[in-house]
Amino acid sequence: MKINGIKLKHNKNTAACETIDLPIPERVFVPMSQRMGKGCEPIVKKGDRVLVGQKIGDSDKIKACPAHSSVSGTVTGITEVLHPSGKVTKAVIIETDGKQEMSPDIKPPVITDKESLCMAVRESGCCGLGGAGFPTHLKLNYNEQRYKVDTLIINAAECEPYITGDHREMLENSDDIITGIRLIMDTLAIENTYIGIEDNKPDAIKLMREKAAEYDNINVCALRASYPQGAEKVLIYNTVGRTVKQWELPSDVGVIVLNVSTVGFIGSYSKTGIPLISRRITVDGDTVSTPCNVKAPLGTPISEILKFADTDLDNTYKILLGGPMMGICIYDADMPTPKTVNSILAFKKPEVKKNELIGSGQTACIRCGRCIKACPMGLMPTYLEKAYDKHDTKKLEKLNVGLCMNCGACSYVCPAKRPLAEKHQLAKALLRR
Amino acid sequence: MQKLTVDPSPHIYDTTSTSKIMLHVIIALCPSLIAAAYFFGGRALMLTGFCMLTAIVWERLCNIVMKKPNTTGDLSAAVTGMILAFNLPVTLPYWIAAIGTFVAIVIVKQLFGGLGQNFANPAAVARIVLMLSFTGPMTRWVIPFYDPDKIVTQATPLATRAETYFDLFIGKTGGSLGETSAAALLLGGIYLIIMRVITPHAPISFIATVYVFSWFFDQEPLCQILSGGLMLGAIFMATDYVTTPISAAGKIVFGVGCGIITCVIRFWGSYPEGVSYSILLMNIITPYIDMAFTAKPFGAVKPDTGEDSK
Repeated sequence: MKINGIKLKHNKNTAACETIDLPIPERVFVPMSQRMGKGCEPIVKKGDRVLVGQKIGDSDKIKACPAHSSVSGTVTGITEVLHPSGKVTKAVIIETDGKQEMSPDIKPPVITDKESLCMAVRESGCCGLGGAGFPTHLKLNYNEQRYKVDTLIINAAECEPYITGDHREMLENSDDIITGIRLIMDTLAIENTYIGIEDNKPDAIKLMREKAAEYDNINVCALRASYPQGAEKVLIYNTVGRTVKQWELPSDVGVIVLNVSTVGFIGSYSKTGIPLISRRITVDGDTVSTPCNVKAPLGTPISEILKFADTDLDNTYKILLGGPMMGICIYDADMPTPKTVNSILAFKKPEVKKNELIGSGQTACIRCGRCIKACPMGLMPTYLEKAYDKHDTKKLEKLNVGLCMNCGACSYVCPAKRPLAEKHQLAKALLRR
Repeated sequence: MQKLTVDPSPHIYDTTSTSKIMLHVIIALCPSLIAAAYFFGGRALMLTGFCMLTAIVWERLCNIVMKKPNTTGDLSAAVTGMILAFNLPVTLPYWIAAIGTFVAIVIVKQLFGGLGQNFANPAAVARIVLMLSFTGPMTRWVIPFYDPDKIVTQATPLATRAETYFDLFIGKTGGSLGETSAAALLLGGIYLIIMRVITPHAPISFIATVYVFSWFFDQEPLCQILSGGLMLGAIFMATDYVTTPISAAGKIVFGVGCGIITCVIRFWGSYPEGVSYSILLMNIITPYIDMAFTAKPFGAVKPDTGEDSK
């Protein structure tokens, strides 16, 4: 069986752009929560001096991942910021002093077993850097009685257009990636690792093959460039041929999936002990004059990163965090950078061609079946849309709307421009009620 | 800085659109139109243009009466008008053609809810209605290169079998204006397949079924697939998105069903031609075919059965 996918224009304009360090901004707003996982409480107060890598937010809940200061400077207050998901989260405002003095607490972690690995990963503040932001220590801390995990899959597909962060990670940080993989394999007794890379990144495939050559149990899989190749279930099926059923986790089929930048971070953290305080972000889009990859301190206002890339903010109509297929629009360009942002895309208002004779707007569904051929989960989006419009929950369940992961392939291919993916999300919300 | 727009993903779309798909179909029908103009003269162009125009006018009038937005821009009405014209003899009076487009657009399409909602192919039903109501004018097929002053009618080659296979293939034969040239229709079909507007499942299974069925009953299979409305029906009417199954397997079932019904009507029915009837009958069972061939979700677990889950 071949999983459906669609061909996209890749627009990987920044694939050759080496990562540039963003100048330290005057002020950072370090958010206390990521998209998933529990939020933290600030453990510093106004007037405190903080150093780079110092823990400034933590929680007594094991699920939360702590927040660290990305700069050295003075805490000028605690504020509330709007997260792109619509939630309000606390953020620590730090006025930077430009010295970037490192915290004395930073030291390489001692990792001997699974428990110390999970604790170290939690202390590093690491969460999934691919976009979803699931706390990594929760993935690693699976229940051994229940799951027999034998395989680690490294997600380096990067199937979304524009984004090249994972690609650059592989080219610039390949040794740390291998170190991270070895660390996890050794401590969790994982037998095999598969690194899944889309074949539109031949240089990364070649380099990772070279680096992995000395280990027989680290394999590099060149995957067809087809969206959504990097979706977890699709990636697992296309690398090891295992099917993750509905409601199951990858660990149900003996697999842990980690993003390549996440594993690269774990590798470098195990050597240096520097927690997650900055990340690589692709800046691109049609109002960005200098598309680039920047390494930005967490909490930097997004507008500063866009200004660094010479963005025409006056003509920017839409700013996306993430890729154009699944990225989230933001309300406010000054919101701080969270840990999960892999790219910032800025677009101008699309020119709408007014052509009365030949329409280009939304029409009724013409039953062409393109959405069904596109859906990687084998769903029937057009029927789902009709069932949602009638609020027919039984039909929605029968058509397995719960499998939809909102990849947007159906909406992308629809000639009638139906808002299919959007309706599926509404349908899932309807079923949850 | 201007206000930012927030909307749900995805934020990029394919450049295809309903109108572009319809435009591809119109382009694909053009070789046959040229062939019709060559064999039957300028009136073929006039009649086709008239059908397209009246189809668009009926659609717009429906929009106005039903207080709906203008849908003529999606070009589906123009396509319906063009396909219907191809199903008419070139000598047909314009007022009968106007009734045909009325039936297709108003009765079959708009009264059922417009684009995407009609269960039957508008052009096929309109042809059937005209055939039953105006049997005389609808069967005044003329020979190619006819003299407009002295119309010599000719029975469909399905009834006479006077031409060579080559004549049938290029369309030098009597018949409705757009259905005679198998070569031109095939050219259009190949264009649609290359442009990924249609898949070859339904046309190939339709034509192959007619071939095999005719061969089995000793009925000159090549003549059967090259004459009458078969090519037009198989390539342009059995591939209509709205009224045919969505899945590949469903399309094959649809094509085979059409092929069998066509042959049964041709060999044992009272009408010489059965393509439009076969398409209409298969249109009616399309929802059931779709139900039988639903897509299989990836890793789906049936709700309320404990067996599949661990």
